[in-house]
Amino acid sequence: MPETVIKVENLVKKFGSFVANDHLTFEVYKGEIFGFLGANGAGKTTALRILSGLLEPTSGKVIVAGFDASKQPEMIKKHIGYMCQRFSLYEDLTVKENIMLYGGIYGMSTTLIKQKTAELLDRLRFGEYGDRLIAGLPLGLRQKLAFAVAVIHEPEIVFLDEPTGGVDPVTRRQFWEMIYETASRGITVFVTTHYMDEAEYCDRVSIMSEGRIVALDTPENLKKQYNAKTIEEVFIRIARPLYGGMGQGAWGMGQRAESGERRE
Amino acid sequence: MKRFLGFVKKEFIHIFRDYRTLIILFGLPAVEILIFGFVVRTDINDAGVAILDLSKDETTQKLTDKILSSGFFKKTDDLLNYNDIDRIFKKGHTRAVIVFEEDFGARLIKEGKATVSIIADASEPNVATLVSNYASAIISGFNREMNSTLLSAAPVVMPEVRMYFNPSLKSHFMFVPGVITLIMILICALMTSVTITREKEFGTMEVLLVSPLKPVQIILGKVTPYFLLSFINIITILVLSWFVFGLPVKGSIVLLMLETMLYILMSLTIGIFISTVSKTMQQAIFISAIGLLLPTILLSGFIFPIENMPKIYDYVSSILPPRYFIVIIKNIMIKGTGFMYVWKETLIIALMTVLFMVFSIKKFSLRLQ
Repeated sequence: MPETVIKVENLVKKFGSFVANDHLTFEVYKGEIFGFLGANGAGKTTALRILSGLLEPTSGKVIVAGFDASKQPEMIKKHIGYMCQRFSLYEDLTVKENIMLYGGIYGMSTTLIKQKTAELLDRLRFGEYGDRLIAGLPLGLRQKLAFAVAVIHEPEIVFLDEPTGGVDPVTRRQFWEMIYETASRGITVFVTTHYMDEAEYCDRVSIMSEGRIVALDTPENLKKQYNAKTIEEVFIRIARPLYGGMGQGAWGMGQRAESGERRE
Repeated sequence: MKRFLGFVKKEFIHIFRDYRTLIILFGLPAVEILIFGFVVRTDINDAGVAILDLSKDETTQKLTDKILSSGFFKKTDDLLNYNDIDRIFKKGHTRAVIVFEEDFGARLIKEGKATVSIIADASEPNVATLVSNYASAIISGFNREMNSTLLSAAPVVMPEVRMYFNPSLKSHFMFVPGVITLIMILICALMTSVTITREKEFGTMEVLLVSPLKPVQIILGKVTPYFLLSFINIITILVLSWFVFGLPVKGSIVLLMLETMLYILMSLTIGIFISTVSKTMQQAIFISAIGLLLPTILLSGFIFPIENMPKIYDYVSSILPPRYFIVIIKNIMIKGTGFMYVWKETLIIALMTVLFMVFSIKKFSLRLQ
């Protein structure tokens, strides 16, 4: 039995009467790449925020890196890395200054940060960019750098919220190589994505719809179970009854998704 | 602590790499002081005055000389008759015409009184009032001299006016404290609200919130650089107004600095508060400009005296922190009074600071829920 780093039991998050997360239960194991899929407004971001200690769950048990999300969010924050959809480095700081800032925030010593920076720039073949401002770098490089910075302090888990949005296919490929490399070092990767081909790269995938997890397994098993060739097909098959069968409720769904977005 | 210092360093980098921030932070105060000091003036200097002397005797000559040698007026023209008055005003350089009636000197000696008219160009009412006041004052002075030399007339009660604290009625006395009050609240509130909303807009705030930095550390890290820089700013303004306008600080400099720090702190908390209620930088700028700039200029007593306002504006103005700081800074700088005279205002500003802090913290944590 692999070691569990995230354990979620009956997690419920309500915003007023709106239920963003409806009794979620799942586990994530050490060193795995866990894909977290779902349509917009399905409750992914809310769950991600609870797991990263930003939001308090309404009820249920959430243990991340051995700490309770409702009681010790500050401890969780020290043991995770986070990279959000929107670009998270400071454009008016150089590459090195950004690394120094985040390393410092996570309590790393200056010598350690310098050593890590050199390693990182070398590994990414970023050597010449060290003293350049982020503003002048192409988006692909920035995203890779943002990821590298998110794991600079060797967290137990790194949360990636749609990390490859707007990135070209070649860079996406390289980005996923970085994710593999990170997971092989024993860092658990928890990733949300819109790209279904990326879901195929994950060790296990969960699919959320309307605040509930409707499927959770390895990509192979999911494809077998739903008799589909790709995860995309699986996703559409799971999502379709919900979208299609709504009839007059379609409008209500849209509204709900919208209010979910606003709260996120 | 090390986390915090790294964060503060980053804020300094943001400030020093963005020339727009630097201009607003350091350029604006200097420019405002110089503009308000040199351009917007309520005292007069070399105002154009024309003389219509229908008497042309020794007395009128003496009085004319006295007016022209006062330094407030310079002669633009000698007029020959009343018809010239309209013409000279239309030409524009003349603010007032001094008219001596016929046989001025003779009447003064024979009848004990003579008439001199001051006709002012009231298309600019403020200037007209000032010019006529200054001219009347000079003429009264002349009157007193005449009384003492002639001794012919019956004793007259002559008021002797003295402008206490600001004998020459310099407008810098009014503007420097006002500009400090205005600039500090504007810059501090604007800068902090913009820098916090910028992180929100760019998405970096989320990363900071997920980090082990506590929200309090994030906010303190944001305001610390601005606190220090604003303080340097105040000193720049004071030094500038001293060297350029010769305006010294009469009271205790230490007290002035302490009060200023409190005021800066309050302005920063307003900035934090604005950032918690606005989603974008534009919103923050808008709220700071409309919500702070205009009321401070119009209602704080900076330019227009609160006593002259309708009661309703007086009430509105009483929730504006600048109103109290202007009283404090004028007391210390110009009157040279001590803490005993400004403790009430100080207390109000301190309470406002606490209030805004509580509001902001509530708002900030609410947003996270």
